[in-house]
Amino acid sequence: MTSVVAYFASLNIATLPGRLPGGVAQGLIWGLMALGVFITFRLLNIADLTVDGSFTTGGAVTVVLILAGCPAWAALLAALVAGLAAGFCTGLLHAKLGIPPILAGILTQFALYSINLRIMSGAANQSVNPDRFDLLLTSRNTTHAIMIGIFFAAVIIAILYWYFGTEQGSSLRATGNNPAMSSAQGINIGNMKILGLGLSNALVALAGGMMAQFQGFADVNMGRGAIVIGLAAVIIGEVLYNIFFKKRGNFAISTAFIILGGIVYYLVVVIVLWLKLPPNDLKLFTALIVAIFLAVPYLQSQSKSSFGRLKKLERKSAKKGGADDA
Amino acid sequence: MLKIENISKTFNAGTINEKKALCGISLDLKSGDFVTVIGGNGAGKSTMLNAIAGTWPVDSGRIEIDGTVVTAMPEHKRASFIGRVFQDPMTGSAPGMQIVENLALAYRRGKPRTLRWGVTAKEKALFKERLKDFNLGLEDRMSAKVGLLSGGQRQALTLLMATIQEPKLLLLDEHTAALDPKTAKTVLDLSEKIITKYSLTALMVTHNMRDAIAHGNRLIMMNSGKIIYDVSGEEKRNLTVDTLIKKFSDVSGEEFSTDSALLS
Repeated sequence: MTSVVAYFASLNIATLPGRLPGGVAQGLIWGLMALGVFITFRLLNIADLTVDGSFTTGGAVTVVLILAGCPAWAALLAALVAGLAAGFCTGLLHAKLGIPPILAGILTQFALYSINLRIMSGAANQSVNPDRFDLLLTSRNTTHAIMIGIFFAAVIIAILYWYFGTEQGSSLRATGNNPAMSSAQGINIGNMKILGLGLSNALVALAGGMMAQFQGFADVNMGRGAIVIGLAAVIIGEVLYNIFFKKRGNFAISTAFIILGGIVYYLVVVIVLWLKLPPNDLKLFTALIVAIFLAVPYLQSQSKSSFGRLKKLERKSAKKGGADDA
Repeated sequence: MLKIENISKTFNAGTINEKKALCGISLDLKSGDFVTVIGGNGAGKSTMLNAIAGTWPVDSGRIEIDGTVVTAMPEHKRASFIGRVFQDPMTGSAPGMQIVENLALAYRRGKPRTLRWGVTAKEKALFKERLKDFNLGLEDRMSAKVGLLSGGQRQALTLLMATIQEPKLLLLDEHTAALDPKTAKTVLDLSEKIITKYSLTALMVTHNMRDAIAHGNRLIMMNSGKIIYDVSGEEKRNLTVDTLIKKFSDVSGEEFSTDSALLS
């Protein structure tokens, strides 16, 4: 009892609001990354594990180029191109060499670990001091970082909205939705998958570059679990979207909710850490949340139609029948 | 319009599951020919259509559509010549996309997919008009997701998708087999109407002998990967189910063991 009291006494509510802006800023960046995950996971119907590597690649390229005297925006652009290349690799492994998409992603991600180390000249991390370099965003000024995050989110959502409404973007969506039909309608589905994986990882690397600037360093492990965080943001965003819009919104609104999903996810992380739960358990906690949210639609359909439900009904009627006899 | 010369295809060659699906088939279709294809299970009817569509490459032979040799063209390139409706209503359209989006994708078959907007107002009007002809009420649900449609509606939509950009060749692969009799008749009548209206060259596989006799100007019967009977003109018009069954046993030397299925 005393330990419980002591635990609550040790929590300082005054420190929580101070931590929230930082959480929102990081959530925005993870939300941008989740837009990349959304392209592969929801539109192309591929769970692409490249992102764990390409997020780091984006961070590494950005930091190394800024250290070399490159302007921050140009470094971000380079990160985008590096991510595009990483995605193309996974796409080629899958579409041209027949490797299943999950494995292709794992292979690229694995290879990127070495490449990321090479980019950072063999160092496991490289820091970039916001006092000495002109960064686009930094954790020292979270309000500014949030503004930059919102600006990027708005621009990218606008671009995605336009792109997925074009002939090419529609073909990409059709490829994920029904490959057989797409091929019969003259769409080169292999090329579409390569393109989609490239675009997705370009976005992820861009987010990696923003994250590296925000935290002031790139680390070879900074992308670990990015796919899970991305999925968490996508799923939380979709759940919130369905609550508020009941599927009646449009593509732009649903993608905006993915960004919101990233923010919600990261605020939960901030609160968990504030509650002084061991940070080492954070990944376990995230995995559980994602597993639960991924399982919910399945369980909902099961409650409506499954053998388990029939068994329950059978048991119930048997019980009732027995009671009638007595 | 379509010229097939001596095409063969063997699946799982060199294994115990080896199956000679097509054994040197040749076929020549004139422009405007509407050919019905019948035959028992495993006769090679769908395989022949897939070979023409380029689902996989043939082992040998030559396929020519409207003067272009397409033998070495992958499926998505051949698609510019070919409209297809599949047996499974789920195969021909994208369930997560709107009716209008599906039609717009089909409307661009064989054209480069650029960064122009995916569907224009003019196209929407055209699609609406064409859907109206179908009398299924789909013209009022253009922005509905295709996944919400019934099997018959999806099959009708696929038929429109296959023909909205007039194809050189229309391939109908038992496209009414998965539908209930009434819907099947609706879709079949729609097919007949469209083929006649635009004088399309078409190949229609069917399990139903009556349909095969009632539709088209030519009929071919397949067995064990070969065309065993090919009839057109006056002779085709005078065909009956009985003569077809007799013909089958005469030509193939086998009893028509799947009579009931074929007559269903």
